[in-house]
Amino acid sequence: MTAATITARQSFAAPSARAYATRPAGTLAFSFRNVAKQFGGKAVLQGINLDVHEGQFIAVIGKSGCGKSTLLRLLAGLDKPTSGELVHGSGSHDDKRTRIMFQEPRLLPWARVSRNVEIGLTGIEKGEAARKKGLDILAEVGLADRGGEWPSVLSGGQRQRVALARALIGHPSILALDEPLGALDALTRIEMQQLLERIWIAKKFTAVLVTHDVAEAVALADRVVVIDGGRIALDLEIPVERPRRHASPELAFFERQILDKLYNR
Amino acid sequence: MTGTLSNLGRSALGWLLPAALLAGWEVASRAGLIPGNVLPAPSAVGEAFWKLLWSGELVENIRISTLRALSGFVIGGAIGFSLGLANGLSALSRELTDTTLQMIRNIPHLALIPLVILWFGIDEQAKLFLVALGVFFPIYVNTLLGIQGVDPQLVEMGRIYGMSRTELFLRVILPGALPSIFVGLRYALGIMWLTLIVAETISASSGLGYMAMQAREFLLIDVVVLSILIYALLGKLADSLARFLERISLQWHPAYQTV
Ligand SMILES: Nc1ncnc2c1ncn2[C@@H]1O[C@H](COP(=O)(O)OP(=O)(O)OP(=O)(O)O)[C@@H](O)[C@H]1O
Ligand SMILES: [Mg+2]
Repeated sequence: MTAATITARQSFAAPSARAYATRPAGTLAFSFRNVAKQFGGKAVLQGINLDVHEGQFIAVIGKSGCGKSTLLRLLAGLDKPTSGELVHGSGSHDDKRTRIMFQEPRLLPWARVSRNVEIGLTGIEKGEAARKKGLDILAEVGLADRGGEWPSVLSGGQRQRVALARALIGHPSILALDEPLGALDALTRIEMQQLLERIWIAKKFTAVLVTHDVAEAVALADRVVVIDGGRIALDLEIPVERPRRHASPELAFFERQILDKLYNR
Repeated sequence: MTGTLSNLGRSALGWLLPAALLAGWEVASRAGLIPGNVLPAPSAVGEAFWKLLWSGELVENIRISTLRALSGFVIGGAIGFSLGLANGLSALSRELTDTTLQMIRNIPHLALIPLVILWFGIDEQAKLFLVALGVFFPIYVNTLLGIQGVDPQLVEMGRIYGMSRTELFLRVILPGALPSIFVGLRYALGIMWLTLIVAETISASSGLGYMAMQAREFLLIDVVVLSILIYALLGKLADSLARFLERISLQWHPAYQTV
């Protein structure tokens, strides 16, 4: 019996979650083609080849300083590759369609929560329409009645939800997440993972999640990429049906494979 | 309700000591314990106040002094703010001017009084120049510091979300620099009054400082004390106004949240 045939019995995410198998491996969302990135002659990434399909949830794992954030910054267009090229699929050539979320929420302390969320519509929509969308998306991340508050009164997890709402409000086709849950406590983390999965299933964007947490990667992603020495050391499908159960044996199987690769065992 | 009452009671408590001091002072003066030519009784100062108020002299002098203070403040503040912005936003501008400005900053502006009198005589320009110079540096330095202290991660966030340069400035950089700018503003207001008092005392033919100097020549000690009190009041007024503006515009700041 392979791990792929084991079905999770207990719900990890919302019951409406779709099974992995039904997700079509259709059009290309983006593609790194032999991409290299150097900083002042020091090679950080080299020979990165990575095709990601629309709607896929991909996790990127690697030791600290291996170039994960650099990869995301290239994807979001914040940096340019030194060589090679990054091709966006048909739906996402527009820069506005790739959003990035950081470890820190990066909210403007002097703007109310709702105004912070509306920043996600800069250059897309303004005024009443923006306000309405802001309230809707805040409700989706579970902060329906907090729009009028200052960010300083929110908890860390709530601030990350606001940042998530801000990233989602413009309907990105690609959402790049750079350890967005790294600073949260273990319980809030799991809650946020479930929220993230639920919203990903509902909105059908392509998700690229950088994380240090192997359990988080296998719980959320369709595919895990391990970066080591500036190259892709492992590219692993996680064909486990959703809803997935946290720390279940079939997830542990993949988790071990990734850890073995990370520590060269 | 009880909270409001006890709040009232507490602020009344703060006024108890000054009131007692004032009463003690009055009594001591009347009993001859404090000679009138050293310190006049509060009632004498009050009398001087009424007399000068009725003659219109007081209002006129306050008007002139306030006008001087504010014009100098506006000129020096505007230049300081603009240069602070320019040097905060442009590395080129900063490299060109900052070293020079920091050098000039080390000269106490009041040390320039003899030079300023030689340049402008005791005209209005002399006082405007001194006040503007005094106000310039705290505004300049704190605007620059404020802009340099804006979180670069927030600026990057604004860029990622496609804010234009103007939007970035108005929504991220300026609000981020505001707490520091207010520090400069309040400091500058203090310097504004101080400079004006000194300038008017040394060289003027009108204004509060001049009124005090005239009174000294005619040994009108009650008017001298009155002038000092009015300076204190005006300074306090300016500071309260700045604090009020600060509270309004920094509501988001945890330090100003009242709940
Ligand atoms: N702007 C830059 N200039 C010079 N070097 C940089 C720059 N950005 C990143 N680096 C270097 O590139 C390497 C990879 O950095 P990166 O931030 O991508 O790592 P990371 O995998 O995200 O690490 P972590 O898990 O700790 O966040 C590091 O050695 C870093 O010092
Ligand atoms: Mg990183």
